[in-house]
Amino acid sequence: MAVSPPLVEMRNMFKHFGGVHALEDVSIELASGEVLGILGHNGAGKSTLIKILAGAERADAGEIRIRGRPVTIDNPRDAKALGIETIYQTLALAENLDAPANVFLGRELTAQSGLLDEEAMEHETGTVLNRLGLQIASLRETVMNLSGGQRQAIAISRAVYFNARILIMDEPTAALGPEETAKVAELVHRLKGEGLGILLISHDIHDVFDLSDRLAVLKNGRLVGVCSTSDVTKDDVLAMIILGKPPPGNRPRDTGAPGEPVPGAMSGGRLREP
Amino acid sequence: MADRPFRAATATTRMNPVQRFSAAVGIDTHLLGMVGILAGLWITFDVLTDGIFLSPRNLFNLALQASMVGILATGMTLVIVARHIDLSVGSLLGFIGMFGAIVQVDLLSVGAWYTWIVTCLLMLALGALIGAFQGWWVAYRGVPAFVVTLGGLLIFRNGAWQLSEGKTISPLDETYRLIGGGIEGTIGEFWSWVTGAIAIAGITWLSLRTRKKRQRYGFPVKPLAVEWALIAVWIGLVVAFVQTMNTYYRPRTDIPSGIPIPFLILLLVALGMTVVAKSTKFGRYVYAIGGRPESAELAGVDVKRITFFIFVVMGTLSALGAIVITARLNAAASVTGTMTELNVIAAAVIGGVSLTGGTGAVFGAVLGAVFIQSLENGMILLGIPTPTQRIVVGAVLIVAVWVDVVYQRRR
Repeated sequence: MAVSPPLVEMRNMFKHFGGVHALEDVSIELASGEVLGILGHNGAGKSTLIKILAGAERADAGEIRIRGRPVTIDNPRDAKALGIETIYQTLALAENLDAPANVFLGRELTAQSGLLDEEAMEHETGTVLNRLGLQIASLRETVMNLSGGQRQAIAISRAVYFNARILIMDEPTAALGPEETAKVAELVHRLKGEGLGILLISHDIHDVFDLSDRLAVLKNGRLVGVCSTSDVTKDDVLAMIILGKPPPGNRPRDTGAPGEPVPGAMSGGRLREP
Repeated sequence: MADRPFRAATATTRMNPVQRFSAAVGIDTHLLGMVGILAGLWITFDVLTDGIFLSPRNLFNLALQASMVGILATGMTLVIVARHIDLSVGSLLGFIGMFGAIVQVDLLSVGAWYTWIVTCLLMLALGALIGAFQGWWVAYRGVPAFVVTLGGLLIFRNGAWQLSEGKTISPLDETYRLIGGGIEGTIGEFWSWVTGAIAIAGITWLSLRTRKKRQRYGFPVKPLAVEWALIAVWIGLVVAFVQTMNTYYRPRTDIPSGIPIPFLILLLVALGMTVVAKSTKFGRYVYAIGGRPESAELAGVDVKRITFFIFVVMGTLSALGAIVITARLNAAASVTGTMTELNVIAAAVIGGVSLTGGTGAVFGAVLGAVFIQSLENGMILLGIPTPTQRIVVGAVLIVAVWVDVVYQRRR
C-alpha cells in the first residue's frame, strides 16, 4: 500500500437485480496515474461496477472511498462533483443537439445575463478537441449526422474538459477503426501522464492489455483476481476470464483454490447485465 | 454561398436549392416550408373569398382568434419536445377561467381598480399549482403524462362544472375584459407603432450583436448582405403587420384599432418562451431529455426536476389562455375550452414539433396556431359547415405528421 490512500477504493460491493447477483463482494482500488483494466464476459458485472461509481446505479451494499474519504454517489451529478467522468459505450449523447451542447450538457457556460453563452461553448469545444488532437468538421451539426469517431471525440471531450480526476471508459474502442483506436490509446497515455486514474472496461483482452497497468477480472459477478499486466501473459488472463482461474501467484479471498470450481460458475444460468 | 462557405453547409453539393437557401439564411427548412404553405393558404383563401380573407378586418380577427391557441402552443412545444403530452389544457381553460370569474364576481368587486390584476395573479398561481400537481405525478411518481393529463382532463372539466354548479358566470370586470381584445381591447395606433419600433430595434440589435460575437471568436458568419436582407425582411413584416392592424378601424369610428392586447400577449409569450427554449439551461435540458432521457440523466441533468417544471410552465400558460378566452367571451362557462387541447397539440405538430421528441421550435408552434386558425377562419368565410371544417383539420393533421415523418427519415 502506498502511503497516501488510493484515489478510488470500492470495497465489498454488492448489487442484485431481482434474483440475479450482478456483483458479489467485489473490491477494487485505483491509484492516480494508473490505468486499471476491468475484464470479463458480458454479464460478468463490469458495467454494473462502473455504473455504481458513475452514479448511474446504486449499490445494495459496499463502500466507496475517494482519496480515503467515504463518499455517497446517488446520481451522475454526485459522481461528476467528485471528479468522476464516464465515457459510456453508448456514448450517452443527445443526438438531437450539436457538439458544444453535448460537451457542456449539465454544465453550460452562461453569459452575465444568465443566458447560455453559445459562442463561448462553441469556442471552448473547438479548443478542447484541438488539445486532444481530435477533429470535427462542423461544430454546429447535430450529433446524429456525425460519424462514430466524431461522436466518440465529443464524449471524450465532455469527460476531459471539466478536469476529471477519475475517468471511466466503457468499451472505449469497440466501435472504432484502427486509426481512431490508436488515438484513444494515445489519449489514455496522455491523461495518465496528467495524473488521472483511468478505469478501462472491456470484454476483449486485446483492447486493454497493452494500455493497462493492472487488470481486474470479473466472472459471474465475482472478482476472479487482480494482477499487474507485467506479471502475466494474455493466456493467463484469458484463463482468468474464461475459466475463472485466479492469477498466478495470487489468490483472492473470495475464490476457491486453483482448480476448484468457482462458485458462480456452477450456477449454470447466464448472468445478464441490465 | 460560394464565396464564403460556413460550417453548417459542408455538404453543399448534395443540397437542393431550398436547402441551400435555408442554410444561407440560417432558417430551418421545415420552418421555411411552413411559412411557404401558410402564405399559399392565405393567398388561396383570399382569391376564393374575393379579397375578404386578407382584408385588415379579417386579419385583425385572425390575430385575435389565434392568440389563445398560440399562447398554449408555446408551452405544448416544451411538453412534446420532452416526449410528453398534455391533454388537460382545454379543461384547465374551463376550470381556471371559472375560478377567475368567481374570484372577480363573488369575492372581489367587479369594477374596482385592483380586481383585474388580483384575479389574473390568482389565476396564474392556480395554473402553476395545477401544473405542479400534474408534473409531480409525471416526474416523481412515474405515471405517463398521457394518463395523468387524461385524468386531469376529466377532473378539471368536471371540477369547473362543480365550481359553479353548471352556471355560466357573466359579465366580467371591464378592465379584465380588455385582455381579451374586443372593441376597446387594443393598444391603439401610437402604441402599435411604438411596439413595432421596439421590435425592429430588437431584431436589428440582436442580429448584429450575434454576428459581432461570432466574428470575435473567429467563427464563420453569414455574408453581411444576407444579414441585412434578413433584417429588412423582418422589418417589412413588422411594418406590414402594424400597418394592417392600424388600418382596421373600431366599428363606426375612424379610430385605428392597433394591435389587439391578446395578440400582444402572444408575441411577448412567444418571445419569452423562445428565449427559455433556446437560451436557458432549462430549455437546453428539455431538448436534451427529448433527444434521449437516459443520456440526459447520465450527463447530469436532473430529468425529474426539469419534467416537473415543464408542467408548471404549461399550467401557468393554461391560466394565461384562460384569462384571454374568458376576457374575450366576457363569460366563464364550465364548457369553455372544450377540445382546445386538440387544437393546441395540432398547432404544435403542424408547426414542426415532432411527437418523437427532441425537435421543434416555439416559433413554429405559433405559426402552426396561426395556420390552424387561418384554416378555420377561411372555411367559415367560405360558408363551409362546422363538421366539414373539423374533418379538414383532422386530415391536415395527418398530412402534417406524415410530412414530419418523411422529413425525419430523410435527414
